[in-house]
Amino acid sequence: MSKLSRRQLITAGLATTAGASGLAVAAALARRYGLIPPDAGGLYGPGETLTYAAQRLLTRHSLAREFSAGQISKPPFANEVSPLGDDFKRLQQGSFAAWRLAVDGMVARPAAFSVDELKSFPRRTQITHLACEEGWSYIAEWTGVPLSHILDVVGTLPQARYVVYRSFQPDWWESIDMADALHPQTLVAHSMNGGSLPVPFGGPLRLRVPRQLAYKSLKYITRLTVTDSLKHFGKGLGSSEPETGYAWYAGI
Amino acid sequence: MADSTYGAVPASAAPLAAPRPRHAAIVRLTHWITTLAFLALLLSGIEILISHPRFYWGEAGNVLSPPLFKLPIPASRATVPTGYGYVLPDQNGWSRYLHFQSAWVAVLTGFLYVVFGILSGHFRRNLLPARLSLREISAVIASHLRSRSAAADAWSYNVLQRLAYLLVIFVLFPLVIWTGLAMSPAIASAFPPAVTVWGGQQSARTLHFFISIALVVFLLVHLVMVWRSGLRARVRAMITGRPPTPEERT
Repeated sequence: MSKLSRRQLITAGLATTAGASGLAVAAALARRYGLIPPDAGGLYGPGETLTYAAQRLLTRHSLAREFSAGQISKPPFANEVSPLGDDFKRLQQGSFAAWRLAVDGMVARPAAFSVDELKSFPRRTQITHLACEEGWSYIAEWTGVPLSHILDVVGTLPQARYVVYRSFQPDWWESIDMADALHPQTLVAHSMNGGSLPVPFGGPLRLRVPRQLAYKSLKYITRLTVTDSLKHFGKGLGSSEPETGYAWYAGI
Repeated sequence: MADSTYGAVPASAAPLAAPRPRHAAIVRLTHWITTLAFLALLLSGIEILISHPRFYWGEAGNVLSPPLFKLPIPASRATVPTGYGYVLPDQNGWSRYLHFQSAWVAVLTGFLYVVFGILSGHFRRNLLPARLSLREISAVIASHLRSRSAAADAWSYNVLQRLAYLLVIFVLFPLVIWTGLAMSPAIASAFPPAVTVWGGQQSARTLHFFISIALVVFLLVHLVMVWRSGLRARVRAMITGRPPTPEERT
């Protein structure tokens, strides 16, 4: 190996300093603008942060593509879910009249809504693509209440940064940032392809987050919690998915 | 400051003492980083693929829709009908994390390499063919088929190699990144034409698979050529930059 000249040493030193301070500035900016995902620790943190930050900057206001009625998949495919249990069956036998969606956390007026109440709220209908991380997908028409409307009704406090949502299945919970929570296409969906949302597809209520993969569109939602930090939910990784090895952000 | 006489002496004397490196330091560095990233992408890509070894054309596709084709392999999901009586373990969690992290490494490294390649004249000097003639291309193929010494003697890329490298750097890598991004629902929302130009998200997934196959074929041919033309000397040249001595060129 050739001996390093002073010039090479100075250049390398300057480059290293510039690189390190560049990274530090980037990290500080990312934290400041909320571009660090909750599962950013660990081996895959750098890649996850780059993906989340880049996609947030590119897609903050973008709308998921909507399709024509002729493009609806016939029939759609419902991924298998673990058994729902007797409590769910009892609710189902009562046509989900006793189902409640509780909204709490950093809100002015915590509330619990029945499915019928939600069906009486302003609704949005959209034909969107639902893609599973496994690689398959289908297109369906979804009708529901924009999550932003529900958040308006309960009065989200200004420090809100995430909405945590839970499934009737106790092991399943998710969260999204406010960019997705307030996005006009993020729905608490109660209907699909013109009828009530079928149970295999998440009925009576499913959150639809069409700009992320299907596992963010949690089935059987029972509770929304508005929060400024995900630290105290589960292991603090943002949702149950990172606890089983999957990324919190699923925009890709 | 950097041009002090003390610093300038070894810098100007060095080129006389040492021969010009076979590959520039940036080329060597980016080559091996890309190698690692590509192997990680390949491994994690295969893991993700086996959760749904079926391919479709158009926007949407699932086990209830007719596939364009399916791979005759077992799957890591019970919902996929494969004909095998067992289901492989689910490895998608870390595979997806690793796939996207490696993709970032490959993209950023590739960016550095392309900028360097343009500014330094690396592409112009080493990769752009001087002229394109079918006669020359067929002569190269014939000489490769005839003897291994033709490959071993050459330390400047022939027209076929130049075309292959250009294809990989400027066509296959950009396409595999593009079709990968076209599967992202977030990217699809921001840049719909990036998806529709392929005919839909499932088409992009199918093309992503075929372009990956093309890259693997390139890798295999590349390995065979390096093997045939003197593995040790070639690998050392790509690690240290030192060109081989004449007796090593056999």
